[in-house]
Amino acid sequence: MALDTSAPPAPVEPEIQLPISYKAPITMGVLGVFALVVFGLMGDPAKTTTFDLTIGTEAFALPDVAVPSMAFSVVTAVLCLIVAGYALVRARSRRRVPWWAILAFGLAFILSFLSWVAAGKTLPVTGLLQGTILLSVPLIFGAQSGVLCERAGVVNIAIEGQLLAGAFMSAVVGSLTNNIWLGLLAAVVAGLLVAWVLAVFAVTYFVDQVIVGVVINTLVLGLTSFFYTAVLSQNVETWNSPPVMQRIAIPVLSDIPILGPVLFNQSLIVYLMYVLVAVVHVGLFRTRWGLRVRAVGEHPKAADTVGIDVNRVRFRNVLLGGMAAGLGGAFFTLGSVGAFGKAMTAGKGFIALAAMIFGRWSPLGAVGAALLFGFADQLQQVLSIIGTPIPSQFMLMAPYLATLFVVAGLAGRSRAPAADGVPYIKS
Amino acid sequence: MSTTELKTEVTAPVPEPRRRRAWVDQVLIYLLSFVLALVISAFLIAFADPDVRSALPYFFSQPMDTISAAWESVSEAYKALFSGSIINFSAYTVTDAIRPFTESLYTATSLILAGLAVALPFRAGLFNIGAQGQLILGAIVAGYIGFSWALPFPVHLLVAILGGMLAGSLWAGIAGLLKARTGAHEVIVTIMLNWIAIYLLQYLLTLDAFQRPGRDDPLSPPVAAEGRLPRILGEDFRLNLGFILALLAAWFIWWLLERSTIGFEFRAVGANPSAARTAGINVRRAVTGVMVVAGAMAGLAGMNQILGGSTEYALGNGIAGDIGFDAITVALLGRSTPLGVVLAGILMGALRAGGSTMQAATGTPIDIVLVVQSLIVLFIAAPPLVRKIFRLRAPKPE
Repeated sequence: MALDTSAPPAPVEPEIQLPISYKAPITMGVLGVFALVVFGLMGDPAKTTTFDLTIGTEAFALPDVAVPSMAFSVVTAVLCLIVAGYALVRARSRRRVPWWAILAFGLAFILSFLSWVAAGKTLPVTGLLQGTILLSVPLIFGAQSGVLCERAGVVNIAIEGQLLAGAFMSAVVGSLTNNIWLGLLAAVVAGLLVAWVLAVFAVTYFVDQVIVGVVINTLVLGLTSFFYTAVLSQNVETWNSPPVMQRIAIPVLSDIPILGPVLFNQSLIVYLMYVLVAVVHVGLFRTRWGLRVRAVGEHPKAADTVGIDVNRVRFRNVLLGGMAAGLGGAFFTLGSVGAFGKAMTAGKGFIALAAMIFGRWSPLGAVGAALLFGFADQLQQVLSIIGTPIPSQFMLMAPYLATLFVVAGLAGRSRAPAADGVPYIKS
Repeated sequence: MSTTELKTEVTAPVPEPRRRRAWVDQVLIYLLSFVLALVISAFLIAFADPDVRSALPYFFSQPMDTISAAWESVSEAYKALFSGSIINFSAYTVTDAIRPFTESLYTATSLILAGLAVALPFRAGLFNIGAQGQLILGAIVAGYIGFSWALPFPVHLLVAILGGMLAGSLWAGIAGLLKARTGAHEVIVTIMLNWIAIYLLQYLLTLDAFQRPGRDDPLSPPVAAEGRLPRILGEDFRLNLGFILALLAAWFIWWLLERSTIGFEFRAVGANPSAARTAGINVRRAVTGVMVVAGAMAGLAGMNQILGGSTEYALGNGIAGDIGFDAITVALLGRSTPLGVVLAGILMGALRAGGSTMQAATGTPIDIVLVVQSLIVLFIAAPPLVRKIFRLRAPKPE
């Protein structure tokens, strides 16, 4: 019997009930009790936490919100436990926990934590959220790259390399031309080139996609570090002093309290990111092109049968993904510090990969996961400024611990597109 | 019948069935890949040389200026790479002449051990990006035992080695258990555990128990002499017992995979988890088991980092270097077989040892080594491309 693995038949599922899974309620319960005890009952009843909701660029200022730290932590922790109880009820009746319940739980947990950690201090909420968006930028671009590739059935481990190449090229071209737009274009081209290597090896030569991806990351790291040491650092003025993007406030919208400065007073690359996410989401789920891409990713043989050129779709999607990630790479240079630095993406491409898996291979889910990472990152920076009772290393660790909990406890078995990582060899 | 189709299913590299007639072809592909990688890197070295770049504008009027400058810089760089990794002909003593190769083996030790930690899960269909974190945990525990306990010689070393293995096992076991119990994707979990390990180490190095007395920077006291890996070729060479341990570990993994029931289960799970489950294999146990064994290997690599003396026997934030990530390349280059990992580890160790000599001698940044190694893996992975470039014919199928 020939094992036909390029197109596994869809499993025939009879009408059966979901098994009772106590994973979500248990995770929520444990975290809720933890919040109640540590953030709530062990807090300082004499202190107040102030949430500062304005940043100064809005049309009118919201007043600061001051709450008694301990009481607020207890209340939000109890809210967590209520949601956990609801999850338990859902689990007993064999139903899934809805996403809004998870969101509510997360929000209450974070508020409980914030109220405890910033007790006696003022927490700049708007600044925190504004920074969150900014730090999520490379993750979101990278995750969209992942979505574009993996929905077509090509595993993209090379996000890290694409980001790094984008950062490098945008810095070099930006410095040489002193033009932000050309720098951005160079980032896109760099991402495209890296993706082209991935596509040639993975799609044309059927080389294992994980291998190619890992190797490309090393290759780009080697190339950029090599030229950084040999060329860029020899003459920083010419090669490595690109212009930096400034914030652009969108009229009217940026005057809205909280949302305005967070969403509409950002640099160009953030607005490009909104466009990209919208295009990828609508493209994948509302257009003929998207339907074809998803068909290729789920069941390439069926797609082939109806006349779709599987490997061409894959090749093109890998290139598109590379362009997206390359553009995201420009964030590291043009979008923040300007100059390129050795290995400056520092594993963000892998975090983007994790965000994509965490977001269940959907563009919007990936955005959510990336925002979570960005939030934790920014929170750590804010807290290190205002001072915290916990060592900074644990704050740095927090986003990764949180991801572990969420991935193991709540998200559960994430399912990749069926043909993800499987080369399509026409027989 | 279905070998080729079967091969498409597993995402991890699995050794191809051995073909006698393809044997020559295989060696040829490896050699040509190596040559191709060196040729491409030569262009980069030449371009990065300021002399070459200053001669470049006159390339069309005086091409020989560019070519001779390029030849000079490339040949000097590769000479240094060779004499830093294999044998140094210009040395005055035999000890100095053969030191480069022992340095290559010394550098290869951690790469081999960590490479095994990636290769084994590959065979079971798991991608362990977490060797870095497991290695850090191994280094923490082995180092802590090494510098804070007082025991007589072989016992102290043995306890430290076991401690490092155990720590790596536990750290990887978390990933294995979460994958087996909750289905959490091992790629995410191991990446997260890497970061947690990095910050855990940073935190520990701020504690008094880990601080070197009289120092403010994050550095531990040195490991006691009884806890260090003894050098095997005399005090002149840094090569130590760790290399023998790495070979033993590779042999053990080979035995596990090819000769034991557990290893058969690992491979079965890697080839087809559903079929393995149907055949009565406990897939959950196998997944956890693979990660535990892999973690022990990475833990050994971490142990070797600290007890082998590459950081003057002290624990610092840079203890793991990039070994956990280079290990992925080693595993891929070695096609996930233990022997392959040993050979790939030695090659990469040689490139690294030679690379630092090259950087010191000619100023060529050591990063070129990353380019060479990744190009080699890339070409080896795509034999049709190499054949196309050199206009070779494919080997006759049997």
